[in-house]
Amino acid sequence: MLSYTLRRLAMIVPVLFGISVIVFLIMALIPGDPALAILGSFATPDNVAKLRQDLGLDRSLVEQYVVWLGNLAHGDFGRSYSLNRPVIDEVRERLGPTLLLAGASLLLCTVLGLAAGVVSAIRQYGWQDKILTLLVLIGLSTPSFWLGLILVLVFSVQLKWFPVSGMYAIYGGGDTLDLLWHLALPAITLAVVATGVIARLTRSTMLEVLRQDFVRTARAKGLDERTVIRKHALRNALVNIVPIIGIQTGFVLGGAVYIETVFQWPGIGRMLVTAISTRDILLVQGGVLVVAACYVLINLAADLVQHMLDPRIGT
Amino acid sequence: MSATTSASAARPGWWPRLRRNHLAVVGLIILAAIALIALAAPILPLPDPNATDLPARLAPLLSPGHPLGADQLGRDMLSRIIWGTRVSLAVGVVAALAAALIGSLIGIVAGFYGRWVDTALMRAIDMLMAFPYLLLALAIVAALGPGLLNALFAISIVNIPFFARSVRGVTLGLVRRDYVDAARLTGQGDFAILTGEILPNLLPVIVITLSTTLGWMILETAGLSFLGLGAQPPQADLGSMLGEARALVLVAPHVALIPGLVILLLVIGINLVGDGIRDMLDPRLGSGGLARPGAATAVAFDAGSPTPEPPPAAAALGVRNLATHFLLGGERHKAADNVGLDLHAGECLGIVGESGSGKSVTALSILRLVPTPPGRIVGGAIHHHGQDLLGLKPADLRDLRGNRIAYIFQDPLGTLNPLLTVGEQIAETIRRHQGKSRSEAMALAVDLMERVRIPDAANRVSAYPHELSGGQRQRIGIAMALANDPDIIIADEPTTALDVTIQAEILDLLRDLRRERGTALLFITHDFGVVADLCDRVMVMYAGRVVETGPVRDVLRDPRHPYTRRLLDCVPVLGQPKRALNAIPGLPPAVNRLPQGCHFADRCDRVIERCRTSDVALDPIGPYRTVRCIRAREP
Repeated sequence: MLSYTLRRLAMIVPVLFGISVIVFLIMALIPGDPALAILGSFATPDNVAKLRQDLGLDRSLVEQYVVWLGNLAHGDFGRSYSLNRPVIDEVRERLGPTLLLAGASLLLCTVLGLAAGVVSAIRQYGWQDKILTLLVLIGLSTPSFWLGLILVLVFSVQLKWFPVSGMYAIYGGGDTLDLLWHLALPAITLAVVATGVIARLTRSTMLEVLRQDFVRTARAKGLDERTVIRKHALRNALVNIVPIIGIQTGFVLGGAVYIETVFQWPGIGRMLVTAISTRDILLVQGGVLVVAACYVLINLAADLVQHMLDPRIGT
Repeated sequence: MSATTSASAARPGWWPRLRRNHLAVVGLIILAAIALIALAAPILPLPDPNATDLPARLAPLLSPGHPLGADQLGRDMLSRIIWGTRVSLAVGVVAALAAALIGSLIGIVAGFYGRWVDTALMRAIDMLMAFPYLLLALAIVAALGPGLLNALFAISIVNIPFFARSVRGVTLGLVRRDYVDAARLTGQGDFAILTGEILPNLLPVIVITLSTTLGWMILETAGLSFLGLGAQPPQADLGSMLGEARALVLVAPHVALIPGLVILLLVIGINLVGDGIRDMLDPRLGSGGLARPGAATAVAFDAGSPTPEPPPAAAALGVRNLATHFLLGGERHKAADNVGLDLHAGECLGIVGESGSGKSVTALSILRLVPTPPGRIVGGAIHHHGQDLLGLKPADLRDLRGNRIAYIFQDPLGTLNPLLTVGEQIAETIRRHQGKSRSEAMALAVDLMERVRIPDAANRVSAYPHELSGGQRQRIGIAMALANDPDIIIADEPTTALDVTIQAEILDLLRDLRRERGTALLFITHDFGVVADLCDRVMVMYAGRVVETGPVRDVLRDPRHPYTRRLLDCVPVLGQPKRALNAIPGLPPAVNRLPQGCHFADRCDRVIERCRTSDVALDPIGPYRTVRCIRAREP
């Protein structure tokens, strides 16, 4: 286990490196002169030249990348000109809420998706399966930003069960209960699509596993269906499902951008949308890098869980 | 080129197959309706979608002149929705086609040229996949600036990896095929091979990937527009209409909700059609999935099937007139038909036959382990010490399984759970039937492993199946069967997957265990040599029927059924290396199209006219022998 973990850890270094190259290239290939964009069209040529030098734009792309990477290593992600503060400070502040939202959704979609998939598989072609399959199809096809609006209209505006937006109540509040109360609707909205994906995969994987010979062996031992399903079938299915849950985090982290916008959740997603509108490139860069790095780490965790479940992988 | 058509030629065309899938048809209707209306927008009598009419602003649904109301500038919603759908649909389709084109190209080049080209391209694709899906699109839009065209680029780029990966995988497989080598040898250039031999075979995988990604692409472009990063006013797609009306959702919910509803409908239509296409092109990936075998074989006697005679109460196991059929595609496969057998305490009965003869189905039917669907027991009686097994309640059946009657299966790698230690798998059956604690059961598991002669059992108990050799895994299977000291062990080709020396050891083990414990053994095999070695009596099966039974010594010395005779000719004899091993020419009849009369007639060297005219009964030719052959009494 330890050697596998170390090997797997070593494997993420080139991935992180590749991510930094892609982000750097996307940002370096921006059409137009960033110096001009920052200073506006009334800047004098002298000022532009000075800023280009300050930003290192007069050097070669490789040189620029090395300097940039060196700065990243020191935690220097540059300065956000629209907020006039270091990018790293802003990102650090907003990472927590995003991870909280994504984590809550991931928990929801894993539990609900697995349950729906297992029920669907063991009641194949029964009415439970038909209803769940229909729900899954709708879930997979729903624009989450639209669903968020509907949930707000119904549960916040009409029924007043949940707050309309934000992370804490403005007056009072601030405790965990208040946080969970604010978290409920956005987390549910964000979980819908991923729940559909996991439910579908669980159903088909379970059906595949249930046909295998070791399930017949388990039944030949006289085990009851509950044990056969849980101990023998589901565990084997999970080996294939866990990595997909890891990949779903990518969709959840991306989807968080919509949900944070709809629910005014103070996370990185909403920050990115604002930063793109104000052309605050360094802020976008910092936000994307940090979230992508989180995603790599989550996939690493999913691989380690898979390894724990399956004694055949690595050693 | 012939290879491309061979797979699909035998099956009906794509349209009849898609039409049979009702959900896909529903999806197709939704999709066609939306697409038709969107395409017809210029000729429909609609007001200008951008004409503002402030007095009508936020007009509710069903207002005069505005059936779907009007937005914050008094623009007609119906017209805007239809024109917006046109934009969303066009952007989604173009993005999908662009991603398909570029992604497939990358995949083909990587798969076809292999080596460093493949490594370089696929590493780059991996890097793109390392980003959360939407985030990469956001970064691209951030660089290019907001706008519908840029959103299209971004969504297209983030979908390229899905095409590149699946196309590369299929290309890699195709490049190694013979007909590609043949094309090379005939001097065709790379380009000719790619377009002529490989591209046509890639179409299914490209279509499958398109069917999964098109829905996402429409959702995500709508999402970017919703965030204000896609379509910019006055241009509008469904997403931007929803985004602009978001602030008004409390005053005029319909202005925001209707565009979203149209997106939902559009994507549902795409996904339904996509599922249909996947089911059609690749049933394993499909949404339907494979049929799930139930916990016990269904027992549903055919109307008018004769009441079987009760088996003798003295037998440990008595089977009469057992019929286990498989219902597949509307056809009935008579996998086992009218099978009868008696197994007495301490006895070993061998069942011999080719694969497909019904020997395993007979064995699995005893504890109702034949999968339903498609299997079903449609007639007969199975008694265990006088107790009727076919009428047992599920809980009582489970109490018997692995307890009084236990199985040893072929292929011990597939029949053991790969994720549990072998000790746990033995202990599990002990705990189930003897109610022992976990540690007691584990201690018993070590004892059992020692009894089946696994060296270093105390350590091996915590090994996983893949860590043991084939012979050791089979010993684990035997230990599991012995765990609750059953009266009957049913061994289904337990030595087939093993090499000869291991096979001999396993047979020795079974013989010793039988002698020590007096367990009755039902031994299924295709190998007469093994039967001669181990069994007291033998039963030969052919095409789902019993064709000959008798004491092993008598049958070996004087086989009466032509099939038995031919089987015995197949057995190599030690010390006679020159003996011709006469494989039986021809194949057994398909059990869904059994001929009239004797089922062996077509392969028989003694066949006469009468063999084919009427069913042949099992004829008792001696006190302990039966034969299903009308010429059995002839010399």
